[in-house]
Formats: sequence, C-alpha cells, structure tokens
Amino acid sequence: MEPVTWGGAQSQCIPVHPNALCAPPFPPHVEVAAPPGGVASRWRLRHTTWLAHDTSNMAAPRAGLAHRLLQGLSRWFYDAEAALDWAQRLRRVRLHRMNATHVYLRDIYGPNVAAAALTLSLGGSVRFEGQEQWLRPQGRWQPQLLQLRSAPVRGLDLSACPITYSGLESLASLPRLALLDLSACPHVDDWALARLHALGPSLRALSLSRCPRVTERGLATLHHFRELRYLDVSGLAVPNPGLLRILLEEMLPGCHIVGMELESPPSPAGTT
Amino acid sequence: MQRALGCPRGAPQTHHPLPRPPSELGLSLRRLGQTLQDQLSALGPGTGSWVPPGATRDPRPPEEADVVVVGGGVVGWSVAYWLKALEARRHGMRVLVVERDPTEHLGVLNEPPVDIQFQPSGYLFLASPQDADGLEATVKVQREEGVQVMLLSPTQLKEKFPWIDTEDVAVASYGLEDEGWFDPWTLLTALRRKAMSLGVLSCAGEVRGFVTSAEDMMPPQGPDLLSARIKRVHVYMQDSLEYQPVTCAIVVNAAGAWAGELLEAAGLPEALCQPPLPIKPRKRYVFSWHCHDGPGLSCPFLIDTTGAYFRREGIGGNYLGGMSPPEEEEPDPSDLSVDHNYFQEQVWPRLARRVPAFSSLRPGSSWAGYYDHNSFDRNGVVGPHPRLPNLFVAAGFSGHGLQHGPAAGRAVAELVLKGQYETLDLSRLGWRRLVQGEPLMEALHEEQEAQHKVFGKGLLGVVTALGKS
Repeated sequence: MEPVTWGGAQSQCIPVHPNALCAPPFPPHVEVAAPPGGVASRWRLRHTTWLAHDTSNMAAPRAGLAHRLLQGLSRWFYDAEAALDWAQRLRRVRLHRMNATHVYLRDIYGPNVAAAALTLSLGGSVRFEGQEQWLRPQGRWQPQLLQLRSAPVRGLDLSACPITYSGLESLASLPRLALLDLSACPHVDDWALARLHALGPSLRALSLSRCPRVTERGLATLHHFRELRYLDVSGLAVPNPGLLRILLEEMLPGCHIVGMELESPPSPAGTT
Repeated sequence: MQRALGCPRGAPQTHHPLPRPPSELGLSLRRLGQTLQDQLSALGPGTGSWVPPGATRDPRPPEEADVVVVGGGVVGWSVAYWLKALEARRHGMRVLVVERDPTEHLGVLNEPPVDIQFQPSGYLFLASPQDADGLEATVKVQREEGVQVMLLSPTQLKEKFPWIDTEDVAVASYGLEDEGWFDPWTLLTALRRKAMSLGVLSCAGEVRGFVTSAEDMMPPQGPDLLSARIKRVHVYMQDSLEYQPVTCAIVVNAAGAWAGELLEAAGLPEALCQPPLPIKPRKRYVFSWHCHDGPGLSCPFLIDTTGAYFRREGIGGNYLGGMSPPEEEEPDPSDLSVDHNYFQEQVWPRLARRVPAFSSLRPGSSWAGYYDHNSFDRNGVVGPHPRLPNLFVAAGFSGHGLQHGPAAGRAVAELVLKGQYETLDLSRLGWRRLVQGEPLMEALHEEQEAQHKVFGKGLLGVVTALGKS
C-alpha cells in the first residue's frame, strides 16, 4: 500500500502533538510530518472565510461593535430584525450552495473527481494516489483534475473549511480514502460525523481536533472505522476527557489516539 | 382635592386626604419610568399585541384567533411552528396554543441554532426466527425510501457487538445514518421558542367546551345532522370557573393522550362525534440503572425480541430502558406512580438474558409517562374530522409522538394552509380507516417504517429550518 503523508497539505492549524512523533510504531505506511506552515496564501484564497463562522452562534467572540449595535437594534425595530433575518438566511443559503454535490462531475468523471472539486472549491487540499504533491486550492478551476479521473483520492485536508453535513455526502462515497483532516471545521458536528460510516473499510487517519461542534456523541459513531490507526481528538469540548479517552481506546483497539490526555486518575464511576 | 394652605412641608400626613407635596413628584415620575421600562422590556420581537403601560398582562387568551391548537406538546407546538413557517404572508394569521399544564416560564426568546443533543448511534432491532420475514420486508421498504439500514446475521452481530447474547436471534436490523436518540425537552423548547418568535400566542388553560353552528340551525336538527362548524372554543382558566370564549376559524386537536376526551366535551353534537376517537392515555415506565461492565460507546438503542429495550445514557455507564406490557397487564393510568416490581420481574430478566453484563447492575431512578394509545390500530390519526370540517386531529401516535411530531405538524399545517398534503401524503393515517373500520395494521416492526419515513424527513426538515445546515 502506498504511503500517505499527513502534513503535506499547507494547513495552518494542525499543531502536531509532540508525543505523536515519538508515538508507538505506526504501521509503516502512515507517516506523520509537521506541516510547514504559511498562513498568508491561505487567507488570500479564503475570501469567503466569513461564511465559515456562524454568526448566529451566541458564543461567537468576534461580534464587533457594529454587530452588537445591529443586534440591539433588531430588538426594537422590526426592520432591523427582518434585515438580520434575511442576512442570516442568505448566509445559510450560500453555505448550502457551496456544499452542493458536483453532480455533473460525479456522473461523468466519477466520485473521486467530484469530491476533489468540492474540496478545492471549499479551500481544502487533495492528494490522489500516485501523486507526490498535494493539490492546493487556487481560487479557480484546475483542469488537470479531469485527467486524474482514474486515480482514487487518498487524502483530503479540509481543516478550517466550511464543509457541512450535506458536503460530506460527496466524500462518503470515496472507496479508497485513507486520510481525512477535519480539524477546526466550524460546521462539522455529531450528525455529520455519522455520515462517514461508509469510509469504514479504508480510513486510516482522522483528525477532529478543535471542531467546536463535535462532542462525545459524535465520537461514539467512530466504531465503524475498524482500520483507523490515528485519531486526533484534541481540543474538543467534552465533559470528561480522561474517561472518554479510555472508552475510545476500548472501542478502537489498535488506534493511536492523540489528545484528551489522562490528567487525573480515572473516576471511580469507572470503566474496565 | 384642595391643598391645605399653611400645611408645612414634610408634616406627618393626617386624617384628611392630602394632595401629594412636590417632593413626591420625583418619586412618582421614577415609578412611572420603572413601569414603562418593565412594560417595554417585557416586549420583544413577537410577543404579540402591545399592552398599555401600567396594565398587567391578561392571562386570558384573546377573544379571536384564526387557529386554536389544543395541546402544547411536541405535536401542538410543531403544528403552530409550521403554520407560521409556511404561511404565505408574515403575521398573516393568529395562532393560539392552549396548554393545560405549562411547567416552564414562557416568553424567554432565544435565537437558533439549537442543540438537541442528538446521539446518532442507531437503532438495533432483534428479530426471532418467526419475526425474521417481517423484519426483512420492513428493511427492504426502508432501503427503497433511502434509509441507510443494514441487516446483520447473528455472527455479524456478535462480531460488531460482542456483549450481545445472540441466542434466539435470527436477524437484526441496524441503522447506520441519521438514526439515534436526542433530548425531547430541548426539541420542545426550541419549537416553542421559535414558534413564539414567529408570533404564535400561548395561554395556560383547558378547552372544555365548544360552540358549533349546529345551535344556529332552525329548526334545531337532531340525529339527521350531517356536519357543523366549530365557531367558538371555551378556554377555562386554571383552577377557576372563568372561561374565555375564543372565536376561531380552525381548531387543531393535538391534545395527545386526552385527544379522545376532548371530543367528548360539551357543545359538540352527539351525532357528529361518531365514531369516537379511540385514543386513551396508557402509562409507561422508564427505568435507569448503572452497570460498570456494560456495553461501551458503540451501544445502539437495542430493542429485543421480547419487546424490552434499552440504550446508553451518557458515558458514565448509565443506561435506561423499559418494556411495553402486554394488553392484560396494563397499569392504571390515573396517576404517574412507578411500579418498581415491574423492573425487577419483567424488564431486568429479559435484558439480562440478552446482555449478560446486565446480570449485575444497580437500579437508579425511574419515571412514568403517558402514551397516547390508539386502541384501534396503534397508529396516529392525522387529518380533518369527517363531520366537523374545521377540526383537525393529530394525535394517537402510541408512543411515537416525538418522532412523528415534526412531520405531523407540517402535514397539518399544509392541510390548513393549502388544503392538501404536499410534502408527505398522510391520507392513510386519516379518519377514513376509523369510519370504515379498517385498521392500518402493521406487520411487526412496520412502525419502524413509518418512523423512518416520517421521522427522518420531518426532523431533517425541522432541524434545517431551525438553523443547522
């Protein structure tokens, strides 16, 4: 089986845990390499990053003065409320459209090309089998995708991309996907994770670190991934990280789990 | 009132009525300001009609409403929400929800998105050899509708869930996607808040009387009466004999377990209420327990061949479950007391046989609730009444009200607003089968089919509408 590199994509935010590099021996065909970094080019392409943040979330810290003023006005004036409502609806419609399946590509060129096109349009990177380099998003359509129609997609880097439940439908049908990076995706939640069950036979590395909407309920659906060897669950908002890690290790034997370190002794309400 | 001349400022107030000295003017202005502030802060978008400052909010419902929804459960609020979401013009109709027992402070508005704590772990139905054909047929129907379900043989079952004892299991069906359990209270609260933010009115009261057009007929018709329209609804206030007649165009009966009782209320002509709605409350228990060796994170919602069920609750080794008793052993529904012997003697042995780890467990809390049981065929009744054209019913789901709620609400809203079903055709769940005496009997587990069809599409629709994309 062909080696799959993890950090080849230019991801701005996977801080690879120092312990991961001296982790117990991986199967030789999964390497973990630290990403080179470089944020500037990413931002140039992410002109629609504001869509990635759901501003209707009450806990959003980025509410500026203008936003707070508008929220206050909407409590008093129907016009302001209607305007905010329309803005929110528009944002949601655009997010949904960004995640729509490329049906034409899928029917003519196959699910791999369709998934790759979706990933690139959302700002993620793709790696095909037989290719050395990751294909980066360039803000425009890349015609060399069509020549890769016979090669299966092996790795997808969707970190901090606005992919949603409906977008994951395109990815779920990839037969040979081995690496999936969903770290810091603001719209991936428990419900969306359940959609990935079809990747069970092939997925070997998965990262869910810092996804704000993933909780222990979504992690419970990962039992479908029997071949998983690397799972990154750091930075998740879960109530009892130590206990959850033990349960995850029990559920996925043979998988190296990063994150949710055992800081305190396990609680007596306990597990085996 | 004459100001007493010569009365020194600050002198003690004596017997005759004194006009207020100027020092109190500031105080009364402040009080006026405070009252104004209270009134205005109580208002927010969508709290209904403006109340003049100084007047307290009237607990009585308005005198007129377009649609009165009787019952403030999941189905009732779902109907109200969908009526507002699908209406052609904003604030186009006035919807009133009448709930007999509101236990939460209403009127706190919030913005979506809402987290119903959905746990997508799937349902696992086990079938014994005699039920295997029924289960396989059901799964075939579900897959045709696009549901992601797989059938497992006993060996596959044992491999996937090693803690199950597969004795007497011929085949099992396991839901892979979009299936699991969630927090019903959050869903109800979310529906209520969203509906109220869209302008639905709510009041605490009980509908005990109707006024129909039958009383206007001259000469008063007897048993030949063909149909009548409901003109007014009498809403009785809590703990009082006072009632408010609410003139309405349409009444929706979403009273759940008491839907049958509502149609026996005063004012509805006897001749029109045939056949009676066979929905009665049935008491069901839910027990929770702790087992530290039990199934792990991958535990689905398991329904045994015997009808006992359980699911995991949280990650601390807690589980909850129960069983529906057979007809002969129905508990008395007059109160909500729990029979703990039922767990010891009926539920626990069956679950311990299926999951050997449950042989040692520590029982925790338990509670009881009502199913709106339809004794005709245990399926819901959705649709207009055959003799009262402006009465719609959405009740009798016999334990599946939560799952069917969003979709049933949408169906009734479409009936009210557009006159026909558009998204899902639920005419098979209508009154016709009650009138003609043809029960919609299911093969075993065909309820799962209805659940999947109605629940999957309905809930997805609700959740998308509530702001998750």
